[in-house]
Amino acid sequence: MSAMLDLFTIIAVSAGAFFFLAGVVGLLRFPDTLSRLHALTKADNVGLGLIVIGLLPQAGGLFAALKLLLVWMLVLLAGSTVGQVMARVARRAEPPR
Amino acid sequence: MTLSYVLEATLAVLVLGAAAWTIAARSAFAASVGYVSYGLLLALVWVQLAAIDVALTEVAIGSGLTGVLLLSAASTLRVTEARSGFGPGTPLRIVAAVCCALVTVAIAVVVLTLPDAAPTLAPEAVAALPATGVGNPVTGVLMAFRALDTLLEKVVLVLALIGVWSLAPDRYWGGHPGLRHRLPADGVLPFFARTLPPLGVLLGVHLMWTGADYPGGAFQGGTVLAAMWLVVMMAGVGDAPAIRERWLRLALVSGPVVFLAIGLAGMLTAGAFLAYPVAYAKPLILLIEVPMLLTIALALGLLVAGPPERAAMSS
Repeated sequence: MSAMLDLFTIIAVSAGAFFFLAGVVGLLRFPDTLSRLHALTKADNVGLGLIVIGLLPQAGGLFAALKLLLVWMLVLLAGSTVGQVMARVARRAEPPR
Repeated sequence: MTLSYVLEATLAVLVLGAAAWTIAARSAFAASVGYVSYGLLLALVWVQLAAIDVALTEVAIGSGLTGVLLLSAASTLRVTEARSGFGPGTPLRIVAAVCCALVTVAIAVVVLTLPDAAPTLAPEAVAALPATGVGNPVTGVLMAFRALDTLLEKVVLVLALIGVWSLAPDRYWGGHPGLRHRLPADGVLPFFARTLPPLGVLLGVHLMWTGADYPGGAFQGGTVLAAMWLVVMMAGVGDAPAIRERWLRLALVSGPVVFLAIGLAGMLTAGAFLAYPVAYAKPLILLIEVPMLLTIALALGLLVAGPPERAAMSS
């Protein structure tokens, strides 16, 4: 059982890390601000989400697990807000082609 | 064991890289962004050193609040920076670099020549901790053993705010800091400013309360409260108060005043300035921390809000 949970953690966290890697590659390679933001928000939302889900079995208690989920929720809220605000500023600076 | 070694080595490389990037950055704005990420990485180093209190302070003050101050200063200076020829010349840069390098070398020498068992007062502090009634040694040092430093720190905070206010043009003296942010009420930022603060205020008060026994404290909690207030002001959900308001000024000095009053009372009840009678040590420390939380939150928020830029509206 414990080995299964560990395997689950390894798979989910690795998948999350892959999303972060893809987000960084997108940030460096995409041509304009809006696409770069698009790449970055995927890393925040899905990447961190997968890492949090992967860490849940290792949290050692319901309370710690809820804290991890709360961290994810707060990053979702902050990330999506900042993403929107930055996209608006970028759109004013470089209108869509 | 090896895994934590890899983690520490990676952190060290990242911190040094972020520091180098911050120095090399072309614009003040980019350097400020670099400084914020440098602070976040540094906080991870403090966590790795098991200094959670320091890590929390680094994130809240070092990286967060100082970062916002630097970012707003950088965006104010952007116009001036763009004018050609403005900025430090090469001789000044070299002098600054040499001075910074000297400080770094001096600190490195001091750290490397420390005796193997470094001189420490930690065992004494921990041994005397039960007398204060608090369980977190850091809070014990800040609020009891070195209370004078903490008291002066709050006075400095208020003085710094007076310094910022003194930059106001005469016609706006006593008025509202910064510009009035007007955003559509159904926008993303106002939604954020209505959703986050309830949780943020709870966290700020919790950090102060839990600081008695666990990592945390009034400074970290006050910074979180200040951040929530700034979000509300920046989203246009609430306006910054006019700095001539009586309640604002009373609240600002309440922290140092209560601290000083209890400190003076200590001369009568416990025989020394800033000493607490042992039976009442913990309630007195809490009594000092509550107005201190208010002072810190207001002072930090108003420091970022800046000097008054609008005349006070007649209320």
